[in-house]
Amino acid sequence: MHMSKQSLSISDLNSFSGRSSTRLSGDVILTALVWVAATLVVGMFLWLLGDLFFHGFNKLSLSFLTDAPQNSGREGGIGTILVSTLLILGVALLATLPLGLGTAVYLSEFAGGKTGDKAKQLIRMSLNMLAGVPSIVFGLFGNALFCIWLDMGFSIWSGGLTLACMMLPLFISTTEAGLSSVSNEWRQGASALGLSHAAALWHVLLPAAAPAITAGLMLSIGRALAETAALIFTSGYVDRMPESLADSGRALSVHIYDMSMNVTGGDETAYGSALILIVMLVLISSVAVSLTNRFLAQRITPS
Amino acid sequence: MIWSRHNTSFLSRADSALTQVTGSTALVVAVLLGLVLLLLIKESGSVLSDGGWTSFFVSDGWYPQSDEYNLLPMLWATLAASLGAVLIALPLGVMSAVFSRFYAPAWMVNPLRRIMVLLAGIPSVVYGLWGLTVLVPLLGAWMPPGSSLLSAILILALMILPTVSLTSEAALSAVSPASLQGAAALGLSRKGVVLGVALPEARAGILTGALLATMRALGETMAVLMVAGNVVQTPGSLFDSVRVLTANIALEMPYATGDHRAALFASGLLLMMIVTLLAWLAGRQQGGDGRGHAHE
Amino acid sequence: MKTIPLICVALGVLMMSPVFAESQKLVLTGSSTVAPLALEIGKRFEQHHPGVRVDVQTGGSTRGVNDARIGLADIGMASRALKPDESDLTSYRIAMDGIGIILHRDNPVHELSDEQIRAIYTGQITNWKSVGGNDQKITVVNKAAGHSTLELFLYHFKLNNREVRPHVIIGDNQQGIKTVAGNVGAIGYVSIGTAEYEQTYGTPIRLLGMNGVAATVDTVRAGHFPLSRPLNLVSKGAPNLLAQQFISFAQSQAVDDLVKAQYFVPLAR
Repeated sequence: MHMSKQSLSISDLNSFSGRSSTRLSGDVILTALVWVAATLVVGMFLWLLGDLFFHGFNKLSLSFLTDAPQNSGREGGIGTILVSTLLILGVALLATLPLGLGTAVYLSEFAGGKTGDKAKQLIRMSLNMLAGVPSIVFGLFGNALFCIWLDMGFSIWSGGLTLACMMLPLFISTTEAGLSSVSNEWRQGASALGLSHAAALWHVLLPAAAPAITAGLMLSIGRALAETAALIFTSGYVDRMPESLADSGRALSVHIYDMSMNVTGGDETAYGSALILIVMLVLISSVAVSLTNRFLAQRITPS
Repeated sequence: MIWSRHNTSFLSRADSALTQVTGSTALVVAVLLGLVLLLLIKESGSVLSDGGWTSFFVSDGWYPQSDEYNLLPMLWATLAASLGAVLIALPLGVMSAVFSRFYAPAWMVNPLRRIMVLLAGIPSVVYGLWGLTVLVPLLGAWMPPGSSLLSAILILALMILPTVSLTSEAALSAVSPASLQGAAALGLSRKGVVLGVALPEARAGILTGALLATMRALGETMAVLMVAGNVVQTPGSLFDSVRVLTANIALEMPYATGDHRAALFASGLLLMMIVTLLAWLAGRQQGGDGRGHAHE
Repeated sequence: MKTIPLICVALGVLMMSPVFAESQKLVLTGSSTVAPLALEIGKRFEQHHPGVRVDVQTGGSTRGVNDARIGLADIGMASRALKPDESDLTSYRIAMDGIGIILHRDNPVHELSDEQIRAIYTGQITNWKSVGGNDQKITVVNKAAGHSTLELFLYHFKLNNREVRPHVIIGDNQQGIKTVAGNVGAIGYVSIGTAEYEQTYGTPIRLLGMNGVAATVDTVRAGHFPLSRPLNLVSKGAPNLLAQQFISFAQSQAVDDLVKAQYFVPLAR
């Protein structure tokens, strides 16, 4: 299913506009409202982006992307930081995707009688509670669990796994909502064709739920890249190029925080890094969307 | 490769493997929560034991130096800020999702979604920075001090907007074409289709999004810390400076020891409980498992 | 799909590398104020001592002291003097940081006496016109509890935190600067070095003198300015050889330029 082509064409709906004057004005009001909403949202985004651009533009250059930070980050670039960030994100996704998909599938597909229902309730409650934990508490939790108890120390491993804990509730909720909203007709049809549940899932249900999965994935990646407090306590402050995943590495969001709030004169670097982070987000989400489309969405088309 | 059943009486190997695998991943998630809870309880233990938790609601105020930890003003501030943010972000987000699904010209849909994803990915410290340097002075010129409940609400609304919008859009996408075509066949106007058919059917997904957004708002730390003013007082008006529970933890944790530290963890526990309560309420509201239904 | 085993091998190599690394490591944790300075000193130290890695982490002064105490860190960083119950540790001062009062640049008030400041912070004076300024409400900016800057401020002006009536409470220096820069009626206090830098860069703030002494990095270094705090490295007992070398290096003249680059005050020698 292609997301943008799934809905009814606008012209079909338009041709059935109401004829009475009250229905027409109601239609106009709603149309005006949604346009205002969209303009407001885009406007806020442009305002924010414009402000970032205005303050950080001077910093952008190729060397900014490749050099290591110097003079506490006020000179040089963010090359080593980008590497750390990507590694942390990679670890987080490596943990989130299988765990998240598995749990979402379990919650949506397996009703399983009394014990199953109880288990589902327990897990749903767990997820909601996890979603409500403030990020700084997650940082302390990650520090206690991964850095100290599992003895990973300040490392990219610790940071990525802590991020995974934070991404899971979001990803699982959206994926499960997507799977649940796939109508039972699909499941019944697959069963009628003799497909095992696993096959139905892989070939029919997950592709059908692809828009929700993609939305969840993009939100999760966004959340991961934006996370600061949790990473300060787990992947750390070191701005050197990490030599392995067991090394401490500074994430981009932590760098932005340090430059804007801690280091005197780091404002420009902070804004420039924020712009780079936004570009990174665009690139990564595009890759995520195209991958999801390739593996999931293009396998089936709606009737 | 399609694994088809050889025998409908017995679970095929693929299916039994599936049950086990997904079940175990779900178990990991539950265990994870257990560990987080364990940490919170362990760390807040010293101040919760012996009924000490009542002091959270009856003490004179939040004065860690004299061992007084009244959480109520900050609790009200947290609730007020998050509620206010959701009240703004929910209609805006749903309407922009409706716009994207039903009103936008085809070329606008993808860019709009991209913008939403971008807004979701901006770190809270950047929101906070922008809020502190742009929003707060603006509000301050209107009504000092500028850092207030209102600025917290506005910044939070901006931050949770993408969540609401993207999940609502996904929910609207899942509305079956049959419903939409049926509505059109019945002669409904576009407004009728949207308000009468699409939104009701997508209600479960939209509520999920709203819930996720509320939880995000409740847990947001950095941005609110920079724009809300951080004075511990029960908000009397929108322009009062307030401190939310999360900002309190962030401000004081690096310097807290002993009972003070335990009190901070206890406030984290309180936050978790609020979120759980909210989620439970939302679950009861939805009822069933919200599965899409076939139309006759 | 052949790329998958390749990726696994690469990951494996990546993960194994610490086994082969032979570098010595020095871990510092603590104050986020000292951290950028320690990071730069660490980099210069690494240049002089190949094969050594200096890892700096943050988490606050109290954490730095605790980590040094239990051995989680080799050296702790603290942006304050050690407290009486921390007497089992030794502190090594590496820089000083003055604390000055700042107003918005457009605020016509150029001088405030100690009594006036005390009155403003306890809410007895609420309008700038009472101290010779414009008819403008005063926005009092105070630091969050636990920060050494706050404790020094309260001590100097003989105030109790419960008496202070703030309108805004801030966490970091930069938040204080940006708050005052965005509000003509605001008054706050921040690190002098940072404020000096921001002033030269055009941020609309102004440092106030105290008791007739101008608030500049030079007066702090000369010991004339009344309000300042030490930036310390702390360790428990005698530090190991590498840590000792690092501490000596950090206290030497070789890093004075790094201290100045952070807008702190190098040690008077």
